[in-house]
Amino acid sequence: MIDQNPVLALDNVSKVFGKGATPVYAARSVSFALRAGRTLALVGESGSGKTTCARLIMREYQPDEGQLLFRGAPVSHSMAAYRRAVQMIFQDPFSALNPAHTVHYHLERPLRLHQKGLGAAQRKAAIEELLERVKLDPALMAAKFPHELSGGQRQRISIARALAVGPEVIVADEPTSMLDVSVRLGILNLLNEMKRSLGLALLYITHDIATARYVAEDIIVMYAGQIVEWGPTESVLNNPQHAYTRLLLSAVPDPDVRFAQSQYNAEMADVENIRRLSAVPQPVISEVGPGHFIRPIAG
Amino acid sequence: MSVPVLSVKNLSIDYIGDETDFRAVDDVSFDIGPGEFFGLAGESGCGKSTIAFAISRLHRPPALIRSGEILLQGRNVLDLDTEQLRKFRWSQVAMVFQSAMNSLNPVLTIETQFYDVLHTHLGMNRAQARERAAELLKLVDISVDRLKSYPHQCSGGMRQRIVIAICLALNPKLLIMDEPTTALDVVVQREILQRIDTLRGELGFSVLFITHDLGLMVQVCDRIGVMLEGKLVEVNAAHDIYTAPQHDYTRKLWASMPRLHGEQIRQGAQ
Repeated sequence: MIDQNPVLALDNVSKVFGKGATPVYAARSVSFALRAGRTLALVGESGSGKTTCARLIMREYQPDEGQLLFRGAPVSHSMAAYRRAVQMIFQDPFSALNPAHTVHYHLERPLRLHQKGLGAAQRKAAIEELLERVKLDPALMAAKFPHELSGGQRQRISIARALAVGPEVIVADEPTSMLDVSVRLGILNLLNEMKRSLGLALLYITHDIATARYVAEDIIVMYAGQIVEWGPTESVLNNPQHAYTRLLLSAVPDPDVRFAQSQYNAEMADVENIRRLSAVPQPVISEVGPGHFIRPIAG
Repeated sequence: MSVPVLSVKNLSIDYIGDETDFRAVDDVSFDIGPGEFFGLAGESGCGKSTIAFAISRLHRPPALIRSGEILLQGRNVLDLDTEQLRKFRWSQVAMVFQSAMNSLNPVLTIETQFYDVLHTHLGMNRAQARERAAELLKLVDISVDRLKSYPHQCSGGMRQRIVIAICLALNPKLLIMDEPTTALDVVVQREILQRIDTLRGELGFSVLFITHDLGLMVQVCDRIGVMLEGKLVEVNAAHDIYTAPQHDYTRKLWASMPRLHGEQIRQGAQ
């Protein structure tokens, strides 16, 4: 595998849809590892396979090839420990919470399910602690219903709910894309802080590369189900080697650069071609810097 | 600046409530010059879309324009009667909505949707409309054989470009784009905005571009207005909005956006 003692790893995982004449690889031979106290960003456009990876990790999909490794061992069907250890934060804070229940209920539920030993008073104390952790006032928040909360507050409740069971891995799929700009940074800071203080392994899925840079030590760029480039975030962003990564970086909104002065305008002028070539399966991997890899386009 | 294409003067818009009214747009004034790419930035609920709708009088109750003027080439849009308004929309001001790619009629071919507008407004026949539609599709880099397609056969980005082509069919003076690319991927977003930028140079229309993405706005706009709670708090050249923001809110917006290069969060703006 890729490195020493990851908490969770995908080992050559593929997920195929439509098994007829033209099967579609939503994920093709995807391998990566999540380590305690580190964030891995998964970036790419819609349909690149980011969310498929999240679903594989959450075991909503079974891999068609390859396997999921939790602490080095293959993940089996009935692993309560895995369910507890791997939690998810969703994109839409408006649909992720049940409108009929209070904040207290949302946080008590996972405690009841996963920490059966706790009494009512202990659960109440645990809920207060969770709310404080996500910087919300327990006295004000616990009795509220989701509709009384802002988008940012709801996302904090989602995070608190994920933390309630004492997870080791958190998968955050576009956790800030539906929030206003001024609220996003607070959520990103919270994720960074959780990672540090709780030693969580974080998978941060996004199309917003600037926020990926803000939270993640390592980054993976996906296209058409395949990882095309990966490595330390600064190395990949400052020195992208794959044509698709350059194309993507050129298109990311960047107030420092007017359109005409973009660094990778050659790639921008060749969109169709780069997309076509990048979608071709490439088994060959080449190292282009320390820990920085690409699947080079053949030919 | 030469005579503005659009001049919004002291515009105030309320949303009428049972007990109290909510002031969504509060005494807003700005001009857009000929061929200018003007951006209106702000967070949800700041009133930017309300302004966009009011300019083509597409706002609906409970929105009510309390006071102010909206002058398009000197003519007050608020004085137009129904028939004048019908002629004014599309030929003077065309609008691209956030979910515009879903505003194409699913049961008509692209060609028929072009014919609809070209026939109604210019009295063109089928053959004339097809010729003009082909020209317009070329403008947005879409192959002419797409005229025979139905919307569901085109990708989201393609549909959005088709909508833009339809918007340009009557050579409007002003193109309003309200979050036109928010639902699209960055590469497609970039292609579309780059195209619009080229077209406004070639065809000479002005653009009112509304988005919450201030970074993108600085890349493409000439001037930018920043809105906060219904008020236009700062208007300046795009470059200055970025490098020398005057209003505290603008500075805070920049300070909350992680950057792609250099320091994680820009400190220079204070």
